[in-house]
Amino acid sequence: MERIVIIGNGISGVTAARHIRKNSDKKITIISAETDYFFSRTALMYVYMGHMKFEHTQPYENWFWKKNRIELKKAFVTHIDTETKTLHFKTNETLVYDKLVIATGSKPNKFGWPGQDLDGVLGMYHKQDLEQLEILAPNNKVCKRAVIVGGGLIGIELAEMLRTRDIPVTFLVRETSFWNGVLPKGESSMINEHILSHHIDLRLNTNLKEIISDENGRVKSIIIEETGEEIPCDVVGLTAGVTPNIDFLKSSSIETDKGVLVNRFLETNIKDVYAIGDCAQQHEAIGNRRPVEAVWYTGRMMGEVLAQTICGNKMPYNPGHWFNSAKFLDIEYQTYGWVFSERDKSENEQHFHWRHPSENICLTIAFQKDTKLFLGINTFGIRLRHEIFDRWLTKKQDMTHVMTYLKDANFDPEFYKTFESDIVNAYNIEFGTQIHPKKKSWKRIFSKA
Amino acid sequence: MKAIKYIGLVIFLIGLSIFTALPLLGTFKLESDTLNTIVKEKKIKSEVFIEDLNSNLVGKTYNGMQEVSPAVTKALNNANASHEKNKEWDKKIYTSPSDMAALIGKKSATGFIVNHKGLMWFLTFGLGIIGALMFILPNIILLGQKGIKNDGIYHKSATNRGWIAWIVFVYLIGFYLLLYFASEYATNWTFLLDPLSNALSGNPAGHWFVYGFMYCTVMTVMAVRMYIKYRHNIYQMFRTTSVLFFQIVFAFLIPEIMVRLQMPYYDFKNAFPLDYDFFFQWNLKDLINSGGIGLFILFWGTMLTLIVVPVMVYFFGKRWYCSWVCGCGGLAETLGDPYRQHSDKSLFAWRVERYLVHGVLVFVLVMTGMTLYSFFTESGTVLGLKVSTVQNIYSVIIGSIFAGVIGTGFYPIFGNRVWCRFGCPLAAYLGVVQRFKSRFRITTNGGQCISCGNCSTYCEQGIDVRAYAQKGENIIRASCVGCGVCSAVCPRGVLKLENGPEDGRINPTEILLGNDVNLMDLLNKK
Repeated sequence: MERIVIIGNGISGVTAARHIRKNSDKKITIISAETDYFFSRTALMYVYMGHMKFEHTQPYENWFWKKNRIELKKAFVTHIDTETKTLHFKTNETLVYDKLVIATGSKPNKFGWPGQDLDGVLGMYHKQDLEQLEILAPNNKVCKRAVIVGGGLIGIELAEMLRTRDIPVTFLVRETSFWNGVLPKGESSMINEHILSHHIDLRLNTNLKEIISDENGRVKSIIIEETGEEIPCDVVGLTAGVTPNIDFLKSSSIETDKGVLVNRFLETNIKDVYAIGDCAQQHEAIGNRRPVEAVWYTGRMMGEVLAQTICGNKMPYNPGHWFNSAKFLDIEYQTYGWVFSERDKSENEQHFHWRHPSENICLTIAFQKDTKLFLGINTFGIRLRHEIFDRWLTKKQDMTHVMTYLKDANFDPEFYKTFESDIVNAYNIEFGTQIHPKKKSWKRIFSKA
Repeated sequence: MKAIKYIGLVIFLIGLSIFTALPLLGTFKLESDTLNTIVKEKKIKSEVFIEDLNSNLVGKTYNGMQEVSPAVTKALNNANASHEKNKEWDKKIYTSPSDMAALIGKKSATGFIVNHKGLMWFLTFGLGIIGALMFILPNIILLGQKGIKNDGIYHKSATNRGWIAWIVFVYLIGFYLLLYFASEYATNWTFLLDPLSNALSGNPAGHWFVYGFMYCTVMTVMAVRMYIKYRHNIYQMFRTTSVLFFQIVFAFLIPEIMVRLQMPYYDFKNAFPLDYDFFFQWNLKDLINSGGIGLFILFWGTMLTLIVVPVMVYFFGKRWYCSWVCGCGGLAETLGDPYRQHSDKSLFAWRVERYLVHGVLVFVLVMTGMTLYSFFTESGTVLGLKVSTVQNIYSVIIGSIFAGVIGTGFYPIFGNRVWCRFGCPLAAYLGVVQRFKSRFRITTNGGQCISCGNCSTYCEQGIDVRAYAQKGENIIRASCVGCGVCSAVCPRGVLKLENGPEDGRINPTEILLGNDVNLMDLLNKK
């Protein structure tokens, strides 16, 4: 029987394994050095915050793997010999595969800052990071201040985590406004305000120069590049993005760049070796997507697709319209289609921005200036229906359509105050249109056409 | 702010301590006049019992129910034993020793407690309410901005099955055991509520009135906590208001007022088979003998179960009852909210749930069938089984132990919906309708789920919500009571409780939205 070996028990690897099992009887082995069982990395923050226990982050009960004949092996792969199809482990054990899936995910970026490997410096990615943090920052007596470097999604999550234990946080963000490489300025500035309202010491336009050690090799303080200011702290969180976790492939003949290079079938340069998830890098970017996409659902989708290929139903990876979501402290964020920030926006992309006068609710809709073709939407504090926007993007609807049927797309819980009428009003005023929003219709929502 | 909280906690604990001590305090002195009244009212024909009381109890001062109860019990048991021996069936006393002791206690109490009802109310309920509110209200400021407030739940002893939780567990179980099986010890509590009971129904308070009042008080105070915790979530605000309204008005006030108007005591929202004795002989006779209103109640109660409940479940899901109207649900959603994370999400628990809850439903239906058969044929047995025995078994095992002692007592350790999930026959019935014929579902929002597990963790019914959400499937489960918390705690806006068309309600998916593989190819290859 063919033996499929998957390195990495994250969402990509596990999804691939589950779908291979659904569609075949192949022998499946998943290897991980991090944990015994699959867990949801995105939920690590909730364990520190006390919303959950670690076991709650595991989507499958422990009997699941045996029942589905998915063998789990806790080991660290040091070398892959693709000639003999053999994996070499740190323990000097070996394992022979017929097909190999590399799904090792990412690791936090380190940009060569002096002191970046000191005691007390950590990322927030692996389960081990969580355990470290629990030791380094159990409360605000042990950790009198933490400095977070890098204003992305993990950075703001780490800040939120630490604040739940009343630990003072200084948050260094390189950009002029939080995440404004991705978010348009109206949204980015709303998040800036929200960060400050949570008593986080947000420092925009600020880079880390170096991390200073005490006499025991522990973090003592950090120095800011621009001002030379020294900020005493006990923990430094490095959250300046992630990079594919593929160092162990250096000695193999598998072709890599930033990540493991793959074609649209997720095949590497070596036959029977595939790469999926955060660690895979497309030779050519798909649409507006980046060649390396470290997103939960793209990992899952690659796993779904590769399982088909491995089970004899060869299928290219073909992600549909871009979507994503996140949560910035108390504010939920969703996006469908492409809304570019001022930094990356093209000439012909125009934005309509609406913000609630008092609540933390806003949205930005991007469309083509000339044709009014709908390009994408960002919402904060409003939930939207994925299916509806996926359909509108596929059918290339224009702004009149989007505005008219905006109520169909609302996904907020029942009885919530909705703002579609205000939004359409604001749009009418700004663009001199006379659009009347239509009442929500189940028929339209469920129409398959 | 924190200081106010802790002072409040101390005040609450003082009130609770006095309340807890009351069953063992107070003096009782039975006068012979009082005994005569009791004998007349209860139509006691046992001269053995009367003599025993006259010579052993009357005129003596007893300290605490722990002295009265054994004396009464002994007298009653001796009397009954002698009557049984002599086959004097007409003299046998069918009132339970516990009820007899409660009756005698109620009529013979003297001393501080019974003479200072208002003060004693303040020292127990009053301090409890004030203390609890002082503990809860500062959260308006302490909890900070609107949003999900689950920080530290798994770090705290009270909400993480620590020693506080175990003490509460033992306390609640003890309280319910006393209430159901040693209610004479509640006598002192009843005095505190006599003024209110008199004002409502015109009668002095019994232990069930105490329970009803406590229930409303606890729910109201804990509803304040809900309002503060979920102030960003209007669905939770409405729902909490609704359960509170139905508890106070329908379960507590209306039945008492009906009694004052010489009508039967009836809770119009309490549907059979949760209201398991609705079709018991005594209730049917009582209703039939109560004229127009009795017949209306009989009609309403039957329609409620046969038509109103299923039709409403079709349109709104079982949540309209379980988390908007029901008293058990009301307590679970207020007092029980801090414990919702303790429900067991394992597949094993789901299996147990299905056997148990449907088993209870079958039990109640068989029992009611037997009851009605014996009612119309006027025979006390069906197929050799004594109907009253079956009824008693159900009342004790299901009605008292499962619904009360386990149902609420288990909150701090096993979550707030143990009864609703594993035992309630009405929930089982509603669940069957919800699963197979309803417009209700929890919609999963395309491919947005990140499998974080907040939804599953905070599902009070032990549904592994994530298992569906991460597959892009809607959640259609018999046990879902539509509390809406999964949707509230989801950080990515994935879940929405909705009533929509039946078409497409159940949507198994092979590939989630966002992955544009050719689905037809995929399906054809299967």
